[in-house]
Amino acid sequence: MPAEYPLRFGDNALVLAQRLCAWVGHAPVMEEDVALANVALDLFGQARLWLSYAGELEARGRDEDALTFHRDAREFCNVLLVEHENGDFADTTARSYFYDLWASLALGELTRSGDERIAAIAQKALKEVRYHLRRSQDWLIRLGDGTPESHARMQRAADGLWRFTGELFIGDRLDDEMAANGTGFAPERLRDPWLERVHEAFSAATLTVPAGTWTQRGGKQGVHTEALGYMLAEMQVLPRAMPEARW
Amino acid sequence: MVKAGHPEPSTVCHPARSERSERICHPERSERSERSRRTRDRIEAMYRILDDVPDPEMPFVSITDLGIVRDVRLDGDTVVVALTPTYSGCPATQVIQGDVVRTLREHGAKDVRVGVRIAPPWSTDWITERGHERLRAAGIAPPAPHARCPRCGSGSVRELSRFGATPCKALYRCNACDEPFEYVKPF
Repeated sequence: MPAEYPLRFGDNALVLAQRLCAWVGHAPVMEEDVALANVALDLFGQARLWLSYAGELEARGRDEDALTFHRDAREFCNVLLVEHENGDFADTTARSYFYDLWASLALGELTRSGDERIAAIAQKALKEVRYHLRRSQDWLIRLGDGTPESHARMQRAADGLWRFTGELFIGDRLDDEMAANGTGFAPERLRDPWLERVHEAFSAATLTVPAGTWTQRGGKQGVHTEALGYMLAEMQVLPRAMPEARW
Repeated sequence: MVKAGHPEPSTVCHPARSERSERICHPERSERSERSRRTRDRIEAMYRILDDVPDPEMPFVSITDLGIVRDVRLDGDTVVVALTPTYSGCPATQVIQGDVVRTLREHGAKDVRVGVRIAPPWSTDWITERGHERLRAAGIAPPAPHARCPRCGSGSVRELSRFGATPCKALYRCNACDEPFEYVKPF
């Protein structure tokens, strides 16, 4: 199995976790400071599992740390949605909601993978992601069905991120191959269940589901937005400056 | 609900009588059963030792109380321990691995190998009765179909924050006695 397959799921978790960490000390309320840190911690743990597996499959001597700190942006294969800047709390909520919902569906598929390790990681991650989804969905609804200001910000956030969500459902040759041999799934299959739940949640949130169909893409192929570069620079600067450093 | 901990030692009704007749009739078989009984005893002893290894974050409960120890077996002279992490990102897992190796070595094990098993995924169902008691005694509500205040026992409680100081806990407040408490989320 190509190392790139588990790497994609690992990179999604890793990049989103790093983004969420930036809220620590800056969240609107203390409980969210704790919540965002906890979600990020879960995601880092999941990333470690995925990246370690990818490193083993690649068999080039790269472990989870090497993959995290010594790859350039072109080698990352996360979807563009998760590398998007945090913005305000509504932007972060929209990004988390769209991702958490997709991840719960995708991981559900992967628990049935013919690859034992992938199924095991997915089973573990799914339990945690379900908790993440409860949180982000609750906030989506609370902010949408909130004050005029929170509603406006939440709508603007959803509208702004919508064009990054389409990528979640576009399969490439690797996806086709993995779906065909029972290791993975066809991303396109998740589009309708995802949309259905989005419509339900948006309706409860008194928000309008954005209408656009055009999607930005390229993350899985290593073609990223400039935002990722800045994030990686900050994340990687210390181990790259002092590669021999140990705790 | 699967209860955690360790397998019950097998019970034989008349060990002395059956062993005596074994020794008389089948000397090799008695030698084998003697060895396997010694192995079982050694493994049992190691579970006892691990019962005293505290969870680094919540030292009033042990790693066996929390269902983190999934298996202990002997591979020749090497003790092989399988642990299951609670949450993927739990930072205590690595500390626990080190503690397990060190503690078993301190008790005479020559070689210890600790592995992490992620499947089946950890569940709060694996927390033992004793674990529940110890959590409650420490002022933390154990996982339950409905959270109860560990101080006054009231079921009238409200959630303040779904996430707490550790990934496994949420923050609650009791409506009856007004005290806040942590709650281990059913997982």
